[in-house]
Amino acid sequence: MTATPGYGVTLRGVTQRFGDTVALDGVDLEIRPGTITGLLGRNGSGKTTLGSLVAAFRRPTSGQVLVDGEDPWENERTAPGVCLVRESGDVLDEDRLRDNLDFFAGARPTFDRAFAAELMDLFELDPKSKPSKLSRGKKSAFGITIGLASRAPLTVLDEVHLGLDAPSRYAFYDALLADYLAHPRTIVLSSHLIEEIERLLEDVVVLDRGRVLLTQDADSLRAEGVSVTGPQDAVDAFVAGRTVLGTQRLGRTAQVTVRGGLTDADVARARATGLDLGPVPLQDLFVHLTDPRRRDGAAPAHAESEVLP
Amino acid sequence: MFDGRDPVYLQIADQIRQDVLSGALAAEEQVMSTTQYATTFRINPATAAKAFNQLVDEGVLYKRRGVGMFVAPGARERLVAESRESFFTDTVDPVAEAAHVLNIPVEDVVARLRARAAHLAATTDTTTTDTEAAR
Repeated sequence: MTATPGYGVTLRGVTQRFGDTVALDGVDLEIRPGTITGLLGRNGSGKTTLGSLVAAFRRPTSGQVLVDGEDPWENERTAPGVCLVRESGDVLDEDRLRDNLDFFAGARPTFDRAFAAELMDLFELDPKSKPSKLSRGKKSAFGITIGLASRAPLTVLDEVHLGLDAPSRYAFYDALLADYLAHPRTIVLSSHLIEEIERLLEDVVVLDRGRVLLTQDADSLRAEGVSVTGPQDAVDAFVAGRTVLGTQRLGRTAQVTVRGGLTDADVARARATGLDLGPVPLQDLFVHLTDPRRRDGAAPAHAESEVLP
Repeated sequence: MFDGRDPVYLQIADQIRQDVLSGALAAEEQVMSTTQYATTFRINPATAAKAFNQLVDEGVLYKRRGVGMFVAPGARERLVAESRESFFTDTVDPVAEAAHVLNIPVEDVVARLRARAAHLAATTDTTTTDTEAAR
């Protein structure tokens, strides 16, 4: 374990406008140092804008961004410690991979050339080729190589592995986890492949239309979603008063996804009335939570709890 | 693996408890490290660490500084005692409920249990008989 477990990130009331478009809308957010945090959101939810702000590629329209406690904008101390890799690669397109590695190694004191060479082998990348000539998958692999070998105290990987085939993605997850264990740091992983990455995450941030929908540790979030299946009437009685995320009916059988942990008494009651309780994968929970039909008419979590006079 | 309704760390803790119960992990035996667990099952190390900490709190595992985690002496006996308490509510009652729904006579269930128990008694060696002795 090193002395620096990584940079934390704090956003306070951050708004980012592009003309009439509000990409981020008063975002308050905390990313804990030393965690692998999943940044989840649908397309256009503000994930990429958030990455650009943290990496000081731009300044917010209003609000405050802090990286390791400081404003990252033109900050000579934090800049070498923040590495953002986007799907586009963020590499020098017309220079050989070998020269790219030289460039990034020069820019980052933490860059590990030997580890970069290992990753190049793992992903079968030719140091003599140029990024502009690579396939989408190989381009992604090279972005990942730069991102991981930089060993930056704050590494933001924004949809970097979308172009990879399944075996390469698993090789990436393994390399990420092994290197994170050997060199703890803050890694923000943004991906649409939630099912594949959920176990890697310690914390989860969900963005929706420029706002933070939730920040929570991944394990307790996963435990929050429960699917209740059984005879329609019994299911309806059981879920009454709970936050219902989704309902499916087939004949007289209903399956309702609810949010909110169940007590032992709830579980016993469900069993006694012949209901099946099942897990809700993080991905399904995410789909329910960001469903546009829920957005405006969505009932707040405790809307149906009784208020004593 | 690890896709039940409980958080992953509870499932990991449960699996280790089962291994201690079955004798797959003996007293004073070293368990996999957080790092090994994380890389083997491709899970966040904090998740694995949470499971180990819970088992240390329960006295199932203990920590040897700089060496690793070990199965606590007497852990199996304690787990056996606890599991016996919940055996009827957690294991037998659902069987009775399922048998009721399927119209299976209780006598058939009992006959099956007897046959299975006889089979287990014939094939189990002496290493597990300390459970019997504890009765």
